[in-house]
Amino acid sequence: MGETTPVEDWAGDFDVLDPGYVADPFARWDDLRERCPIAHSNRRGSTWLPTRYEDVTAMAHDVDHFSSLDISVIPFEGEGPEDPAEAVLPYGVPPISADPPLHTWTRRLLLPWFSHRRVESYEAVTRELCSGLIEGFLEQGRADAAVDYAQQIPVRVIARILGVPAEMADTFTEWVRDVLEFADDPEKRIEGMTGLITYFLAEIERRKVEPGEDLLSELLHSEFEGVPVEESLVLGVAALVLIAGVDTTWSAIGSSLWHLAGHPGDRERLLAEPELMALAVEELLRAYSPVTMARIVTGDVDFGGCPMKAGDKVLMNFPAANRDPAAFERPEEVILDRAVNRHVAFGSGIHRCAGSNLARMELRVALEEWLRRIPVFSLAEAEEVTWAGGQVRGPRLLPVVFR
Amino acid sequence: MKVRVDPERCQGHARCYALAPELFEVDDYGLSSALGDGTVPAGSEERARLAIANCPEFAISEVGVEG
Repeated sequence: MGETTPVEDWAGDFDVLDPGYVADPFARWDDLRERCPIAHSNRRGSTWLPTRYEDVTAMAHDVDHFSSLDISVIPFEGEGPEDPAEAVLPYGVPPISADPPLHTWTRRLLLPWFSHRRVESYEAVTRELCSGLIEGFLEQGRADAAVDYAQQIPVRVIARILGVPAEMADTFTEWVRDVLEFADDPEKRIEGMTGLITYFLAEIERRKVEPGEDLLSELLHSEFEGVPVEESLVLGVAALVLIAGVDTTWSAIGSSLWHLAGHPGDRERLLAEPELMALAVEELLRAYSPVTMARIVTGDVDFGGCPMKAGDKVLMNFPAANRDPAAFERPEEVILDRAVNRHVAFGSGIHRCAGSNLARMELRVALEEWLRRIPVFSLAEAEEVTWAGGQVRGPRLLPVVFR
Repeated sequence: MKVRVDPERCQGHARCYALAPELFEVDDYGLSSALGDGTVPAGSEERARLAIANCPEFAISEVGVEG
């Protein structure tokens, strides 16, 4: 398990799993940005933590010095190979964990599945799903907006795209949480990876005999330069789509509902001016960006006065970049109709989140349906809101009342 | 007013399309371009400016105006 020693020096010994930081990292980033804009820690190997927009986006664009070969914020500390997936079964490297040229063509296989045209075709079913979930708890006058709602949405949409049954949703959620949220527990991490890889292997075998019209089937029958795509890559991409498409968007939906529950002015404004939703979704993504990625330093380099060594890790702190006063006016405020908003919640450069259109649609529809059915709601008094952090930050328990 | 998307900078965030679908098109791989010759129809100027100010890659500019 990760270290639990309290942090005294955030500039030289930060801990992204510190419970106080997970619950409220914003003041910490503001402080670091002022006095040490690229912090360092040896807690989980030599790791750098930039907090300025300019630095984070420059590093994200500099793929020669900052490789994506290891993108996990929490290093794997179990026995055996460094990548827990390899401890289970070798699988093909999906584009998120690759550098060009491998990244370039594997990403192109995936992108059309998440184009805005495809995503539009998933909107009606997403809306129906959200509405059905609300039906389930509306009469009770209270719900856990994270557990009963946010957590239930992206996993079911992804299951549909992959062509696997929605009944698997709870199991998928458990595997993804094991891999991402409980990443400092090697046993859980291996358990989650084993579960999803074993499952997708069987699904791939089945599709060789009975191909469908889903992502898995079509990838199995794709080619690159005349050569059929290897099954191991199909497996890697399936794992990526599930791991990257579930926790992330669920966290964005949860954080947005948390904000609206505690800021009645913003909630009322969205109800009165629903046409603001497109801008509001981007602003909520900016203010509560869920995802931090990592990069590996490819060779010794001086970046912003920091002596980075080959093999060091850099945390692509997109959430902190999105709160940088040098890039955003009054960054600490949620301004629903913020007009200048070049946020990088979906990353920056060639690794821009391949599912960003899908995530944006899911977040918008989830908020629209919630507000339509539950226009007035607030945090349940005396009940605790809990947060997950590390690679993905968002509320995990979010009790709200609406009666 | 005329807008242009720099294809070298565009990374497919599709923020422009989300904000001003009447001004941009995005292909299946996410690459965005201005519709037609980039001329912004009357009434869409504000949305064009919004698209410019929301591109995370600084890929959109007003033709003839220094970014």
